[in-house]
Amino acid sequence: MSEQEEKKAVKPKKPKIPRQKMPEQDPIERAHNFYEVALGYDNDLALLEASRCLKCKKPYCISGCPVEVDIPDFLEMVKAGDLIGAAWKVKEKNSLPRIAGRVCPQESQCEAKCVLNKKGKGEPCAIGRLERYVTDWAAVHGEGKMPQLPKPTGLKVGVVGSGPAGLTLAGALIKKGVAVTVFEALHELGGVLVYGIPEFRLPKAIVRAEVDELRQLGVEFKTNWVVGRTQTVDELLEKEKYDGVFIGTGAGAPLFLKIPGENLNGVYSANEFLTRANLMKAYLFPQADTPIAKGRRVVVFGGGNVAMDSARTALRLGAEEVTIVYRRTMDELPARAEEVHHAVEEGIRFELLAAPLEIIGNEAGWAVGVHCQKMQLGEPDASGRRRPVPIPGETFNIECDTAIVSIGNAANPLVPSTTIGLETNKWGNIVADPESGKTSKDRVWAGGDIVTGAATVILAMGAGRKSALAMMDTFGIG
Amino acid sequence: MFEILEKERIGPGVNRAVISAPAVARAHKPGQFIILRCHQDGERIPLTVADKDVDKGTITLVWQEVGVTTYYMGTMCPGDSLIDVVGPLGTPTHIENFGTVVCVGGGIGVAPLYPITKGMYEAGNHVISILGARTEGLLIMTEDLKKVSTEQLIATDDGSFGIHGFVTQVLQGLIDKGTKIDLVVAIGPVPMMKAVVNVTRPAALPTVVSLNPIMVDGTGMCGACRVEVNGETKFGCVDGPEFDGFAVDFDLLTKRLAMYKGPELVALNKFRETPRGCECTFPEGM
Ligand SMILES: Cc1cc2nc3c(=O)[nH]c(=O)nc-3n(C[C@H](O)[C@H](O)[C@H](O)COP(=O)(O)OP(=O)(O)OC[C@H]3O[C@@H](n4cnc5c(N)ncnc54)[C@H](O)[C@@H]3O)c2cc1C
Ligand SMILES: Cc1cc2nc3c(=O)[nH]c(=O)nc-3n(C[C@H](O)[C@H](O)[C@H](O)COP(=O)(O)OP(=O)(O)OC[C@H]3O[C@@H](n4cnc5c(N)ncnc54)[C@H](O)[C@@H]3O)c2cc1C
Ligand code: FES
Repeated sequence: MSEQEEKKAVKPKKPKIPRQKMPEQDPIERAHNFYEVALGYDNDLALLEASRCLKCKKPYCISGCPVEVDIPDFLEMVKAGDLIGAAWKVKEKNSLPRIAGRVCPQESQCEAKCVLNKKGKGEPCAIGRLERYVTDWAAVHGEGKMPQLPKPTGLKVGVVGSGPAGLTLAGALIKKGVAVTVFEALHELGGVLVYGIPEFRLPKAIVRAEVDELRQLGVEFKTNWVVGRTQTVDELLEKEKYDGVFIGTGAGAPLFLKIPGENLNGVYSANEFLTRANLMKAYLFPQADTPIAKGRRVVVFGGGNVAMDSARTALRLGAEEVTIVYRRTMDELPARAEEVHHAVEEGIRFELLAAPLEIIGNEAGWAVGVHCQKMQLGEPDASGRRRPVPIPGETFNIECDTAIVSIGNAANPLVPSTTIGLETNKWGNIVADPESGKTSKDRVWAGGDIVTGAATVILAMGAGRKSALAMMDTFGIG
Repeated sequence: MFEILEKERIGPGVNRAVISAPAVARAHKPGQFIILRCHQDGERIPLTVADKDVDKGTITLVWQEVGVTTYYMGTMCPGDSLIDVVGPLGTPTHIENFGTVVCVGGGIGVAPLYPITKGMYEAGNHVISILGARTEGLLIMTEDLKKVSTEQLIATDDGSFGIHGFVTQVLQGLIDKGTKIDLVVAIGPVPMMKAVVNVTRPAALPTVVSLNPIMVDGTGMCGACRVEVNGETKFGCVDGPEFDGFAVDFDLLTKRLAMYKGPELVALNKFRETPRGCECTFPEGM
């Protein structure tokens, strides 16, 4: 066949189905409540969306997924109406799919690689929304029986931190007959999933359900247990006789701007602001005891997911005006595209190409404004993004009563500094092999944000999975 | 769950309780604290471990009722449990044989001072404890402190017991007499610690103070506990709670402690309307 004939043969084309929107709460309404913003597909929308998959011979989407979910296969099952099967297909590779479906940056992962996107149409198959749909459906309608657990191997592993890295590793090992104890510093399990990411983006009931499932499988959880203080890693290995320890403590130490006025009242780290609001339920104050400053005019510094979450939480707590101050432009915002879109819809203001110089305070020690520097984009930096540089002499003020610093998190030194022979890099992150998670210390593995620096949920899960496999290998099970 | 095994009132609005927390008791060192929650909707608040019994797996907490959580705890009884107790947190006190150590405690600060005094005493120091309160009835734990001090001096603002005056005047007296002092440890209300530093600075006596900033997690994750020491921001919960008294910005601490004054009152008033906890213990006039 000639090229022309081939083109003809493909015709007549099916009517093109556009990428299906996911129903959402109305922006004006949702800006005042903490309920989930995205409502999820219904069956018709899911079928329609799944039918857009081209079933490519070479599924690039899989290579875009950090844990390599068999995407075309599960989409095929959706089309065939086998939602339970589809959910299990996803779960083969992704142990926390209801969470990933909600918080993964799909636009830079699987959906970026989708051929429908590559054709320059920018309308990739909505893989994330479908992942969410099938696994939510299965959670409600029953996923069938619990997996059959093998005979106990007699091995036991201690996990430090209950974020996605630790939970994924715990799930993988318990299913291989390894006894697992998870030690968590806070009073709730889930790491950033419970204290950081807000309810309106990731309902806590979902995280709780995942944890409960692990508990049913036999994973033991010890909350209120700060490794390095309550017990050290060395004590876990030597005194408690754990065969291995996995460190998944996250990137939990907030960075500040180191500018004047940063310790004024009303100035929060995003971690504190979100912890008070989410974990401590300050939005229910005084029903719940923990207070939070309910700012009228709130300024947030930063442009990542954490900044979007802080801004949108402040709005829901009743702020009249919330401004995100970011030193680059809309195009460089590191947050998930959907979160930026939602923030804009909800009326969050963006003060772009601006950086704070000083937080201005009053006599009583409260923040009343921010003095900012105007920026412009200069030459690209090491990351390839154009570096923001100050425009000399151009400064301005923003009035505020609350300021939230959301410029990133560094590694918390508590575990490294109390563990003998655990190597860290110059930023304080634990040095671990990217494939196995093996650290410089015998019988100790590490993964997630504590190794990579602040990254994503799916990468933390991937690291937990790799370390679990490496441990099984070391133990000679598998 | 962390069961309350014993509880007693040791002064007006001041309680002491023995709580089952074996892991904390085992790891605890002087100067460290815990963070607790009383119930599902409760706030996380820090309290110093005032004493412990490793064999029994218990810790002792001493607290003053100042707001919704500490009042609520005041209504709890033996048999009740705290839902969360995490610790021990904070950097332990640096304890060694310095020579002569003066331990100055004001008000409720005497409770956190006790384990440090005990540690210093057991390390072979000559320990002079100076305890103060507004009036005799507010003095706490004087007998406990006496057992771990070489000398004990007590002052009340109104002269109802011991020396008439402030702890700082007693300390100044020691300095003026030419007493050889190698280290001063001061714990109490912020104005008291600031006043102690004003006395020890001219005499160049190394002074350790224990700060009580507002905290949330207690592990260095949130930065609620920011204090300024030597012009640098430090996290009270991990870098402290003890710092070099000469370098601390006390005025900033005072301002930061007042951050939630409004909401705290709202919460306390709500609590007063609907008292919770064990009925036998509702404080008078609640
Ligand atoms: C507000 C916010 C929004 C985010 N949004 C997204 C998003 O939309 N999509 C996305 O992919 N990623 C997002 N991220 C990033 C993502 O949450 C993290 O990359 C991921 O949670 C890292 O997982 P982890 O398991 O390494 O650690 P974490 O989730 O940080 O969990 C670590 C756990 O270890 C505990 N711990 C720490 N030290 C100790 C100790 N000494 N002893 C015992 N326990 C300890 C901590 O309390 C915590 O529970 C967001 C992060 C934040 C803060
Ligand atoms: C390391 C440390 C050790 C402490 N040890 C003791 C002790 O042994 N005995 C004792 O009686 N008190 C101690 N405190 C103080 C105690 O934590 C507060 O009195 C308590 O948190 C008040 O809580 P509330 O809900 O009853 O009162 P609230 O009405 O919430 O507050 C009353 C005042 O207490 C302070 N405060 C409020 N919340 C917190 C918080 N989360 N963290 C710290 N301070 C807060 C504020 O200045 C506030 O104005 C300690 C504090 C720290 C930081
Ligand atoms: S209390 Fe959160 S960092 Fe100190």
